[in-house]
Amino acid sequence: MEITAAQALVRCLEKENIEIIFGIPGAAIAPVYDALYNSKIKHVLVRHEQGAVHAADGYARATGRVGVCMATSGPGATNLVTGIANAYMDSVPMVVITGQVNTERVGTDAFQEVDTTGITIPITKHNFLLKDPAQLGETVKKAFYIASTGRPGPVLIDLPGDVTSSKIKFKYPENVKLRGYKPTYRGHPNMIKEAARLIDKAQRPVIYAGGGILNSSACGELKQLAETIDAPVTNTFMGLSSFPGDHPLYLGMLGLHGTRYANMAITECDLLIALGARFDDRVTGRISAFAPGARIIHIDIDPAEIGKNVKVNLPIVGDVKQILQALLTQVKKTERPEWHRRILELKDNYPMRYSREGGLKPQFIIERLYAETDGDSLVVTDVGQHQMWVAQYYRFKNPRMLISSGGLGTMGFGLPAAVGAQLGIPGQQVILITGDGSFQMTIQELSTVKEQKLPIKIFILNNQKLGMVRQFQQVYYEGRYMAVDFLFHPDFELLARAYGIDGFTIRSEEDAVSMLPGILESPGPALVNCLVYPGENVSPMVPAGRGIDEAIEFAEGENTL
Amino acid sequence: MKHTLSVMVENQPGVLARVAGLFSRRGFNIDSLAVGQTENPAVSRMTIVVEGDDRIVEQVTKQLHKLIDVIKVGDITAEKYVDRELVMVKVNADAGQRGEIMLIADIFRARVIDFGRRTLTLECTGDEGKITAFEESLRPYGIKEMVRTGKVAMLRGTRFTSVENSGLDQDVE
Amino acid sequence: MKRTGANILLESLREEGVDTIFGYPGGSVLPIYDAIFDSDIRHILTRHEQGAVHAADGYARASGRPGVCLATSGPGATNLVTGIANAYMDSVPIIALTGQVVTSQLGKDSFQEADIVGITLPITKHSYLVKNAKDLTKVVKEAFHIATTGRPGPVLIDIPRDVSAALVEPEEESPLNLPGYNLPDVPSKNRLEEAVRVIMASKRPVIYAGGGVVNSGAFMELQQFAEKIIAPVTMTLMGLSGFPGRHPLALGMLGMHGSKYANYAVCSCDLLIAVGVRFDDRVTGKLERFVPEAKVIHIDIDPAEIGKNVKVDIPLVGDVKNSLAELIKRLKAKPSGAWQDQVQNWKKEYPLTFEENEEGKLKPQFVIREIYRAGQDRARIVTDVGQHQMWSAHYYDYTRPRSFISSGGLGTMGFGLPAAIGVQVACPDELVFNIAGDGSIQMNIQELATAVNNNLPIKIAILNNGYLGMVRQWQELFYNHRYSQTELINPDFTKIAEAYGAVGMRIERQKDVAPALLEALAVKKPVVMDFLVEREENVMPMVPPGEPLDKMLG
Repeated sequence: MEITAAQALVRCLEKENIEIIFGIPGAAIAPVYDALYNSKIKHVLVRHEQGAVHAADGYARATGRVGVCMATSGPGATNLVTGIANAYMDSVPMVVITGQVNTERVGTDAFQEVDTTGITIPITKHNFLLKDPAQLGETVKKAFYIASTGRPGPVLIDLPGDVTSSKIKFKYPENVKLRGYKPTYRGHPNMIKEAARLIDKAQRPVIYAGGGILNSSACGELKQLAETIDAPVTNTFMGLSSFPGDHPLYLGMLGLHGTRYANMAITECDLLIALGARFDDRVTGRISAFAPGARIIHIDIDPAEIGKNVKVNLPIVGDVKQILQALLTQVKKTERPEWHRRILELKDNYPMRYSREGGLKPQFIIERLYAETDGDSLVVTDVGQHQMWVAQYYRFKNPRMLISSGGLGTMGFGLPAAVGAQLGIPGQQVILITGDGSFQMTIQELSTVKEQKLPIKIFILNNQKLGMVRQFQQVYYEGRYMAVDFLFHPDFELLARAYGIDGFTIRSEEDAVSMLPGILESPGPALVNCLVYPGENVSPMVPAGRGIDEAIEFAEGENTL
Repeated sequence: MKHTLSVMVENQPGVLARVAGLFSRRGFNIDSLAVGQTENPAVSRMTIVVEGDDRIVEQVTKQLHKLIDVIKVGDITAEKYVDRELVMVKVNADAGQRGEIMLIADIFRARVIDFGRRTLTLECTGDEGKITAFEESLRPYGIKEMVRTGKVAMLRGTRFTSVENSGLDQDVE
Repeated sequence: MKRTGANILLESLREEGVDTIFGYPGGSVLPIYDAIFDSDIRHILTRHEQGAVHAADGYARASGRPGVCLATSGPGATNLVTGIANAYMDSVPIIALTGQVVTSQLGKDSFQEADIVGITLPITKHSYLVKNAKDLTKVVKEAFHIATTGRPGPVLIDIPRDVSAALVEPEEESPLNLPGYNLPDVPSKNRLEEAVRVIMASKRPVIYAGGGVVNSGAFMELQQFAEKIIAPVTMTLMGLSGFPGRHPLALGMLGMHGSKYANYAVCSCDLLIAVGVRFDDRVTGKLERFVPEAKVIHIDIDPAEIGKNVKVDIPLVGDVKNSLAELIKRLKAKPSGAWQDQVQNWKKEYPLTFEENEEGKLKPQFVIREIYRAGQDRARIVTDVGQHQMWSAHYYDYTRPRSFISSGGLGTMGFGLPAAIGVQVACPDELVFNIAGDGSIQMNIQELATAVNNNLPIKIAILNNGYLGMVRQWQELFYNHRYSQTELINPDFTKIAEAYGAVGMRIERQKDVAPALLEALAVKKPVVMDFLVEREENVMPMVPPGEPLDKMLG
């Protein structure tokens, strides 16, 4: 029997076990929305397409499954661009479905036409403009396959309205053939053997673990490796939650705002084991001063990451989990008491600290949230100072418990991503920690929170400023503050109520201590406006162009406006 | 140094944009790019000459390989290969100079493909060195217009590059 | 004297007469913001970069001067994409300045790196990635020239942080050298004379006027032209306000949601004089049935528009204002006749109407009519996208150029509020209305903070029907009433207004509309008026997609 390509698309999605789609309808995608009308797939209507794509992203990061979002042609599609770029930078598996004007109108600047595939070439793993409805099944199959395998990433399918309206015979292929795409999973055995040899030989190894650990579900193997070879572990921002935050071998995050002991350990190590990481500029600081005395083993699924930023002594291309499993059969159980002593010394010399003088400190709120939730919450953040404080002061116990925009650093990611995460794991407590600047960017999704009855707890660490930029202007521009002061803010508590959500304000440590338990236990969504000390800086900080061992800390009194 | 890459791609709309976009985005410099169909109509072959050290070319190769529509990438610089480029030159040629120019054309085995009242248009194929020498020889007469196709290249002997199986295994691991 | 790239940039902007930048700071634009610190250019901090680019767009549309927006690299830049595409489709001159990661980190997927030049290739008139601070003077000069001349459009300048921070000796000013960019002059004499012959010979001429009239400032010329040959004038959405709405020759808008009399006139004409238009699909309906009998004269600055969608008999490539002036010079006055009577009869027979509701419930069209009564010729109307946009096109008579500002080609929901901010900044003493839908307003609602922050007394009228109304209408008409994902559960917009420090009002009955508007106009602050209108009102007339213009519903 023939059905419309739109109906076939929905059937394909059902075959891929898609349970939820985020989107907004429009004329060019209307046939697909009509086909969704009778489907068991849940559609979540957001209030801006940016909300749809970040929600799909949050869903994917929380569940490890492919996120799906949908938008119409023209502005619907362009509104997805930031979210697609965001998923691309953080290797998040996503399938993006956009409507397009009818094929005979493509290229004529028709109403709500943009060259969606052209625009998204630099920010998708791959994209398709489907002109032949008969190719629908194969295209969808390819899209999901490409998005979810190898190094994951977003794939876009652009569907003209006449294509989705035409009748086809439905067929969903079992397999895909892509002669230009064959990810490598098994690492080269000789390389693995050599890695084991280097590890056994090393005196001061450090494991530098990134988002690839989470993507390949290698957290168990990571822990086993660290314990077997007795090597301390530091995480990139994307790698946080891949290693238990309270483990004695844990060094916390490295890099620009990393712990000083993690950065010193990198500087002093003789072997750096990079796992699913990409030597981002925010991690390495000045390249020549990064792990200067170390040999580097780099394990990654993406061959193009090897040697991109840093010269690597031993590259192993493949799936991190499979490679670690193989490696674990070859490394010797080792103890390195001397290196341990040195690490403890570094931890003692350079502890993470902040002063509680001067008002309610943002770090305090995060520490309280950690204590109240026992580290069991799924934490979603936005981008800026609060994001770094979460990385520094919340100790993640379990994998995928932090969802945040790393590579692109997208303010406004938080709220919609929290929506996606909560819908992905309904029983899980979800906390959004955001800033007053970030939160406003996608504030309309409070409507979605309300409509979907999502019990997300939102904490705005409100310093009435674009805090990270202000900090930069203090450090690099002699306090010549420009365009970082929000002279005016909405009344967030009142705003919450306008959206039908409970609103609270926390002004002091006492407020925090007394109010947080009740808020966290309340059954519905809550928005908490935390009025924090506005001059607080993220500390430590590696100044631009310096080595990561040259971090500065902000002494008492330097956190001024 | 210059590297010659042989890139097999799906013969599909937009492939050229993906490849060109990659070079521009990653800041790689293209010296020349020639593209056309192969023995298999579903596959196109690009011959790309890039300038850069080994590390850059390695990145280029790996990044190209990440494009889904790119089937195979080979750096044939170090291999034995033949390469050719075609050039068309419109050169000033008064009656008195035509003989000399024809002589030069003869030396380079170029052909006259068009002539005007005061110009000759010549076609010449060859490797880069020959084409450059040809250009230099004509320059004194005044080149009005010139167009080069960019180089295409193929492995020598029995070895061959194709999609299905290959005598040249440059797949990146 | 050596100066930083950022300082050179700011001086060049000043040189171009820029007085306002709409922007949002970030790491890669820090040097530029530090230069703004010392500059007298006004910076308006929005709450999302999409707000900045739409505000620059609104500023440009209202003032006719290029709008400037500024964002950081990565997400800042990508957040501009919709707004750039929007300006591109509607030929609006904007300069989008973006920060970029330092040149040594380019192409390495660095923190907040996005290939914004690559991404925006299809949606900019031109773009630059500046790699040397010395080039900034030249680049800015070229960018403004390209954005504002010919067919205007957005130009993007991407500036890596090390370039804006670099200390260099600025280059001497040099004349523009753009061999690939040629501007058409006035059409040739032969063409003009041919056009005059055809016009004089025509019995049933119709003028079809678009945004090009507004862009070239040809308001007076169009009126003279129409009066001289007594030809009725129908306008595209972009052309509204290009011809006085209450003029006897005005036919209102044509196309999918055009007036019946405009569509009938177009379908019956023997000569279509297309002025600064592009035969968009929303205008022509089924192409094969669009003016098959008529000769077509097409005046446009963009040669690529000629013959793109419709076969043109006489192309006049050139500036609309100058071309019209040339034609007027050559034309003799034509008398009125049967055709003009026929058109007037259609106007009487098929007026734009709606059923007023006896129970006093609110019809959205009624609200527009009342806004018209309150705002008349002095207001600037900025709309969002959807049903309310079409009603604003139908029931408000625009009498001066640039008084109707709306997202036409891209149809961007969320354009309205930030664009209204830009309009109010450009026209501080004027009355600015943002007419919005409940779906559209939410898309950039955060910009209420910008409006309040900058004391911009914009009046926001939300025609709230609890639906994505236009899509719902399509689902009603073409998908058998299957309302898939178009119903909206909305926040309390009056409370939102109050939370933002604006004034909130809710209006539910006809009789309350006029007093509420009076009250709103008296307030010197942003006001959000939440009009709870009939939920399933349709925009009529309507040409179903794929049908010819004379097959109208309603």
